[in-house]
Amino acid sequence: MVMRSDHFRHHALPVLTIVIAILAAWYVGAYVLNASFQRDLDRRGNVTSTPIEFLAKTMAQPKPILPAPHQVAQNLFENTFLRKVTSNRSLLYHAWVTLSSTALGFAMGTALGIAIAIGIVHVTTLDRSLMPWIIASQTVPVLAIAPMVIVVLGAINITGLLPKALISTYLSFFPVTVGMVKGLRSPDRIHLDLIRTYHAGALQTLLKLRLPASIPFLFASMKVAIAASLVGAIVAELPTGAAAGIGSKLLAGAYYSQTIDIWAALIAGSVLAALLVTLVGLAARMVDRMMGAKPEGKPA
Amino acid sequence: MRRVIRNWHSLAASLLAVAALTHLPLTLPDATGPSGHGMMIAAGIVVTTLLLQAFEASGPALRGTILFLGAHLCALALILNLAGNEGKMSAAFFILVAASWLLAWASASEFSRQEPRQKSLKAFLRLLIPAIFGAWILILWEVVTRGFGVPFILLPPPSAIGIRIAGSLAILWADVQQTIFKAVFAGYVIGCTSGFVVAILADRVDFLRRGLMPIGNLMSALPIIGVAPIMVMWFGFDWQSKAAVVTVMTFFPMLVNTVAGLSATGTMERDLMRTYASDYSQTLTKLRLPAAMPFIFNALKINSTLALIGAIVAEFFGTPIVGMGFRMSTEIGRMNVDMVWAEIATAAVAGSLFYGLIALAERAVTFWHPSSR
Repeated sequence: MVMRSDHFRHHALPVLTIVIAILAAWYVGAYVLNASFQRDLDRRGNVTSTPIEFLAKTMAQPKPILPAPHQVAQNLFENTFLRKVTSNRSLLYHAWVTLSSTALGFAMGTALGIAIAIGIVHVTTLDRSLMPWIIASQTVPVLAIAPMVIVVLGAINITGLLPKALISTYLSFFPVTVGMVKGLRSPDRIHLDLIRTYHAGALQTLLKLRLPASIPFLFASMKVAIAASLVGAIVAELPTGAAAGIGSKLLAGAYYSQTIDIWAALIAGSVLAALLVTLVGLAARMVDRMMGAKPEGKPA
Repeated sequence: MRRVIRNWHSLAASLLAVAALTHLPLTLPDATGPSGHGMMIAAGIVVTTLLLQAFEASGPALRGTILFLGAHLCALALILNLAGNEGKMSAAFFILVAASWLLAWASASEFSRQEPRQKSLKAFLRLLIPAIFGAWILILWEVVTRGFGVPFILLPPPSAIGIRIAGSLAILWADVQQTIFKAVFAGYVIGCTSGFVVAILADRVDFLRRGLMPIGNLMSALPIIGVAPIMVMWFGFDWQSKAAVVTVMTFFPMLVNTVAGLSATGTMERDLMRTYASDYSQTLTKLRLPAAMPFIFNALKINSTLALIGAIVAEFFGTPIVGMGFRMSTEIGRMNVDMVWAEIATAAVAGSLFYGLIALAERAVTFWHPSSR
């Protein structure tokens, strides 16, 4: 019991306070940003309203500059739970579309990242020549050219899931490569020497020593990679070609000034990101336990 | 046997060259400018291999140089033969390309075997080996796009992109000024500074730190780039809205990393500062901030690429008629793919320069850190 109240005071209370502060600031911001338009509206309609009524009106505009939190929450609730999952307006449907290309891109990116890392660790020439280019590859703002890649691939009839997943792959292979190179090199000299005395070849060393040693590194970089995959999938949906997905929802909202829709889509994307990262974290803990780490032991 | 293993690249290249002889000439029968140079290039590859055998006993520097010259002279000759024969190349051509690529690979591996003592030579090698790799990406790109006659819209050859860059320097410069000098720099400075200041505040007030950190960690995993349309709505079409997006994107990585860095000092060091009777600000400036520098520079590096991406993507949601994102989205609409690639190359160079400058500053500031020794 003592432990629990301690936990509340040290973790939940501060977070809660900050969240409430953000919400309060959001409401104030909604009032300040929407007030002038509402005043304009009232003057034209010859309406005089009490301050309380006026305040309520600034929070109930259909296309506010900054929607109030409860407007966003209401939109989010309606579009998530009250619509049919197959409906074009259901956020679950859009989230599913984004999720599927995120997952495919993440899987391909992780596989590619691991393969490159294994190559780099085993071939000196690759290590010397590839590593600088891998870092340079991330200074290409591929996210910025993602819409173009989609359009070009669409021109040769590669459409649907794959082009979007390719963007996610490009973004997610980098953290995995960097993390895995570190992880595959993490075994101590002593361990490497020991396995040499067992007359293990490169393949056996990889399977029995290097790969198991790299698991914590792999999961740490997979957390970064899955977040990057999601961002890639969302941005890849921005071109008009994509009819569904969180990104297309954002773009449609921007075109028709449906601010509430934009915010709802943004929050849906955030929830998705949090879920995915948590999922990878859970998988990390499970694998950790399966590999014999003590339950209390913190994953590296 | 050892000798074969050591020279397998060049031996395989020679076999390929001999195999190419049976498929000569380099061009298909219906090509406009048939070429008779195939024999010469194949001979070049075989001669390189023979030379290598003659210098078997010499060090990797000489062997690498022989391979380097052989590979790139052959590649140059092959590319020169492409002119006028786009999409009309025979199998012999591609086999010879593969053979020269093997020679280049061998030269890179000879050079990476070299462990020079001199610092300048070491730095030169560290540039040369990746440069060979990069050059071959361009060479293969050029050869494949022009050799197979890949449609220009799909992937223009690098030479065409280079010509486009040289021809539209003024436009590219105007775009760079709008996107990088205005939007990226303003947003980057504001975002990083405010992230840093809030991190110091959070470090001072423990309650704030406990509340902000979980939120900050969550936020740096979120697709923040989605605020771009909102910012364009709030701050208008000009660079201010892009700077706002960059500010929001760079704030959280800076916050999270700085807070992590500030807790990087050990108890021992802090106790030492206590025995010197130093107060909070002295401990901060003399011990904890210097110790946090690797973390802060890590955030600065992450942010340098994020900032560029944020500014360009934000331009897709509305811009004045200048800017890198604007140019990309309009030129792709007009199917001027080479101009889009020119912008991409510019952005990549700008991004690499930005990253490189920060890395240099990091070396100067964190010279004491084990990773830079």
